[in-house]
Amino acid sequence: MTQPSIDAGSTAWMLMSSAMVLLMVPGLALFYGGMVRRKNVLSTMMHSFVAMAVIGVQWVLIGYCLAFGPGRFVGFDPAYLGLSGIDHTTMLGDKGVPELVFVMFQGKFAIITPALISGALAERISLRAYIAFILLWSTLIYCPLAHWVWASDGWLYQMGVLDFAGGTVVHVAAGVSALVVALFLGPRRELRQGGAFAMTPNNLALTLTGAGLLWFGWFGFNAGSAVAVQSPVAGPIAGLAFTTTQVAAAAAGLAWMLVERWHHGKATSLGLASGIVAGLVAITPAAGHVHPSSALIIGGLASVVCYGAVQMKGHLGFDDTLDAFGVHGVGGALGALLTGVFCFTPVAGLVAGDFTQLGKQAIGVLVAVVFSGIGTAILALLVDKTLGLRVSEQFERDGLDISIHGERGYHLEQA
Amino acid sequence: MKLVLAIIRRERLEAVQESLRDVLDEADNYRLTVDTVEGHGAQRGEPEFFRGQPILPQLVQKTRIMIAVNDPYVERAVQAIVDGARTDGGGEVGDGKIFVIPLDDVVRIRTGERGSGAI
Repeated sequence: MTQPSIDAGSTAWMLMSSAMVLLMVPGLALFYGGMVRRKNVLSTMMHSFVAMAVIGVQWVLIGYCLAFGPGRFVGFDPAYLGLSGIDHTTMLGDKGVPELVFVMFQGKFAIITPALISGALAERISLRAYIAFILLWSTLIYCPLAHWVWASDGWLYQMGVLDFAGGTVVHVAAGVSALVVALFLGPRRELRQGGAFAMTPNNLALTLTGAGLLWFGWFGFNAGSAVAVQSPVAGPIAGLAFTTTQVAAAAAGLAWMLVERWHHGKATSLGLASGIVAGLVAITPAAGHVHPSSALIIGGLASVVCYGAVQMKGHLGFDDTLDAFGVHGVGGALGALLTGVFCFTPVAGLVAGDFTQLGKQAIGVLVAVVFSGIGTAILALLVDKTLGLRVSEQFERDGLDISIHGERGYHLEQA
Repeated sequence: MKLVLAIIRRERLEAVQESLRDVLDEADNYRLTVDTVEGHGAQRGEPEFFRGQPILPQLVQKTRIMIAVNDPYVERAVQAIVDGARTDGGGEVGDGKIFVIPLDDVVRIRTGERGSGAI
């Protein structure tokens, strides 16, 4: 069999994109790590870093096989186990890119998705329960969902659901699952005890740095995802996705500042960082399907809606520590639906008067919500009954850094 | 000899240094140790916001100054700290406290000199 020839530009861009998506994981560690209390900075950052180690192994052993092997409901091909049948010269279809590069690109998505969930679990989940949970979650929830939406024989893909870079697969799935596990865990002890909210972030400078790295890495996340729709990959759709990503993040950052200024009189640094991420989340499913002017609207709406969603948690009584649901779940669902409103390529959406795509998008969101919600409830129950999800009261009070890891994040005042 | 410990607002340190400099004789005195402390009295932390949610920290950062003073200078040192640390317009909750503590001895490490001359 003759192999299609390599497209050097596309391969270079996919290698670059893969590295950029991996950089988002330390970015997320900083983003989340800065928001927790000083005693939990390491354990919170570890949740993201551990995903690189755990899912990094799982992905080559079985994850890629389940997500991108042949099959209608779940992929499987023994030749993909441990990547044994993928030679370094094997090409990815007609994309002009070696398949191993695609394996790595998708592997970084698989790593960051469970790490997003950790934001809702911070400051109280046990490390071994977390590791067991993300291993099960990635294998039994992420891989099938990715297969349905992204593999060419997946049923949602064939139905025509658009999810350019993971609004449903990554953000809705992670956000909804984060909410479910947070409900299983219950609120942190200070919130259970009632009283004024007195938990201060240890270092918002880390959070801003992390938001900056996420923004940078997101260009790889979105513009690299042109691999699914266009050959050569490094082409006009990649350029479109790159542009909409920038536009939505900027519009959302600005919108969050304005909403916050209106709501309580101050535009905060955490608010700007949150808005940037909300905009990036919302543009993810739409990136290669909408005009830059639509990205302005999607980004702006994302901040308004996510800001409102974040305010809800206090009233509803669940403790989504760092708003993984409020930003990723809500922002991802909003973006997936707005994709059906604003899309112009490869199909026209509601703005062109056609409701069909919006309906398909709603099905995609619904499937992601139901499948990840129910699946996560089962996994959370299983892990809770076997390993116990939550650390002891004493560990939680003393902080997870010293209790679980035997380390402290800050020794700045000691010689 | 007395040890004067004062807990003041962070932003009033320079004002306190200036007023101490004015009343304390160079020969006696004016050496100062400063550190940053956290705590609370009647005043709680400064309100902050976390994604629109008000946060009330239980501890507030303050500056603590420590100064050893010979007896004739104690009153004027205390008054200087009050003048420098009190919020303009009559003072506010959170302006801080001054503790005056008996001091048994002072040793200058370089020379081994002791007592009030070593201050």
